[in-house]
Amino acid sequence: MTDTAATFIAKSTIKAPDLTHRRTINFNIGRYNAAVPGGKQQFDQLMLARERAKNRKWLAIESLDKSLERFEQHITARGAKVIWAETGEQALKEIEAICKAKGCKTLVKSKSMVTEEIHLNKYLESIGIESVETDLGEYIQQLDEEPPYHIVTPAMHKNKEEIARLFADKFGTLPTLTPEQLTLFARQQLREKYTKAEIGVTGANFIISDIGGVAITENEGNARLSCAWPKTHIVIVGIEKVIPSINDLALFWPLLSTFGTGQKVTTYNTIIAGPRQADETDGPEEMYVILLDNGRTNLLANAKTREALYCIRCGACLNACPVYKNIGGHTYGTTYSGPIGSVITPHLKGMNEYKHLSYASSLCGNCTEVCPVRINLHELLLENRHEAVDEGDSTKAESFSWKLWKIASLNRRMMNLGNGKLKNAFINRVFKSWTQHRADLRFSDKTFNQMWKEKRLNHRGTKGTA
Amino acid sequence: MNVSIFIPCFIDQLYPSVAFNMVKVLEKVGCKVHYNANQTCCGQPAFNAGFWEESKAVCAKFLKDFEGSDYIVAPSASCAGFVRNYYNKLFTKGEAASVQSRIYEFSEFMVKVLKVEDVGARFFAKATYHDSCAGLREIGIKSEPRQLLSKVEGLQLIEMNDVETCCGFGGTFAVKFEPISIAMADQKITNASATDAHYIISTDMSCLMHLDGCIKNKKSGLKVLHLADVLANF
Repeated sequence: MTDTAATFIAKSTIKAPDLTHRRTINFNIGRYNAAVPGGKQQFDQLMLARERAKNRKWLAIESLDKSLERFEQHITARGAKVIWAETGEQALKEIEAICKAKGCKTLVKSKSMVTEEIHLNKYLESIGIESVETDLGEYIQQLDEEPPYHIVTPAMHKNKEEIARLFADKFGTLPTLTPEQLTLFARQQLREKYTKAEIGVTGANFIISDIGGVAITENEGNARLSCAWPKTHIVIVGIEKVIPSINDLALFWPLLSTFGTGQKVTTYNTIIAGPRQADETDGPEEMYVILLDNGRTNLLANAKTREALYCIRCGACLNACPVYKNIGGHTYGTTYSGPIGSVITPHLKGMNEYKHLSYASSLCGNCTEVCPVRINLHELLLENRHEAVDEGDSTKAESFSWKLWKIASLNRRMMNLGNGKLKNAFINRVFKSWTQHRADLRFSDKTFNQMWKEKRLNHRGTKGTA
Repeated sequence: MNVSIFIPCFIDQLYPSVAFNMVKVLEKVGCKVHYNANQTCCGQPAFNAGFWEESKAVCAKFLKDFEGSDYIVAPSASCAGFVRNYYNKLFTKGEAASVQSRIYEFSEFMVKVLKVEDVGARFFAKATYHDSCAGLREIGIKSEPRQLLSKVEGLQLIEMNDVETCCGFGGTFAVKFEPISIAMADQKITNASATDAHYIISTDMSCLMHLDGCIKNKKSGLKVLHLADVLANF
């Protein structure tokens, strides 16, 4: 077992029976579950909408090179600069170069999982630049020096009392502040940062191929401030976020918000198609778009798992996943947690090191059921398992056991060997992790097969197949 | 009607009475039950572990064991769902089509094919029904087992909270990620207990095997029963 897998098991052993954690998560996801059916009401034919969305993502991903080049062509025509980054390190270097050229001391950023993926904040800190998270949940997480717990709701695991205490520790505010008071306080802090920052960094929910734009969805207005106020706007986005046309937003915006938060449409939806133009009054003077690969082309090259690139990061599969709800986002030890994280991380960061995530699923299929773009998530976990075995990543003991299993399963007589007592003694001793918190298995003295033969076949005086 | 039964490996080894109860019910409603005594396993365990080559050999045997034109009925949504939905990953188009079109989960077969709901069973108890994930999402049954149970005289069925949430079994997951599996079972048992039911009934013995182990370890008084165990009470 790799260290990463061992850490995952150790952390999940602590988290899974943690009842306080379970209550908080069930409460917060419960609120989400209560809201989603309301959002779904806006679709006359929800399944058709989901299938259509999958089809549009299929189109965008199957022609990814052309989709991205079209985007680049249109957005550069309006003065934005597009940078293609193959790795996280390349993206960081590019951002550093821009920061140096602009003499940046303070940078504001909106919530973006891609910046988490490349550990942007840590890097900026190491080169002496203050990077301020402006999404309230991310701001809380940054104060607490924790990565986001959930891809949509970063501080989902914290209750309001914990947040009030955190603010009291960091700012000396009263530990009795209400959520409204805490929000106002954070807003005051952040407003100051916006006016100071030389650069704003955002992610993007969609890369719009046909017009050459990016679309950003948010509920707080902080992303709009982050890209509108500072003189330079850097967008960093994974290459899979592309959709073919601006017209597709009519489908993707409501799907994203309904499946993400239960809203009909998210509060702020912004389309940005370049820096401020000559005839425009506001917007940044310069705009950079960094298109990040960082392992995504591994998924693209693999026809079986390619559809994982259709993901619009709504977080529905996390909220639907009983494993996620029991172990929480941090236990995964990855940027992307939950079912989608378990599907893509082995491809982004190495099968051998992260294959355990594909096995850490009961395959209940609820993720597949809720995915707005109909990604067959639980089947992709099975594809990953198969790939891991094919690559020779499984242990010798495991390979040997399945070879034995095959021999026994091809031979009915072997399956009737031994009696119940023998099997009980053997199985309950070997599978200690079965019996640790479960009563022993009790094998039948005779198999159904033996009993049937005795009762039915011999009785009728026939042998073999009935 | 000729019915060829498939008895999943763990039912064969651990719960033969479930298989006999299914046979009893099928015969009561007029089926002629056949059992190919060569049968072993549907191949799912190795497939789910990623060992598709080993799995395929066993699946090929399954296809051979169930040649013919009989309906194939199994007291397991998990096995029936696996054959129906995953054999195509191992075999080229058409190779498994006949078996896939003939295999049914027991309650699905009773209600959808035989159009039977009332088998004349009596069972005086309070129970809750656990939807297996395979039943819900692989086979697509939700009402069928409930329709059958609603006709059982004396049975009071009470729905539990989060009834569509996985119990935490998941095959080797239950052993490899034991703490997560146990935590999931814990919530399932808590929800079932909250209904005041004495029994958890399901279409899948694999869920029930795992839940029963946890129930006994917790020393909760709940008992588990396969759907066939309830319907065979006549």
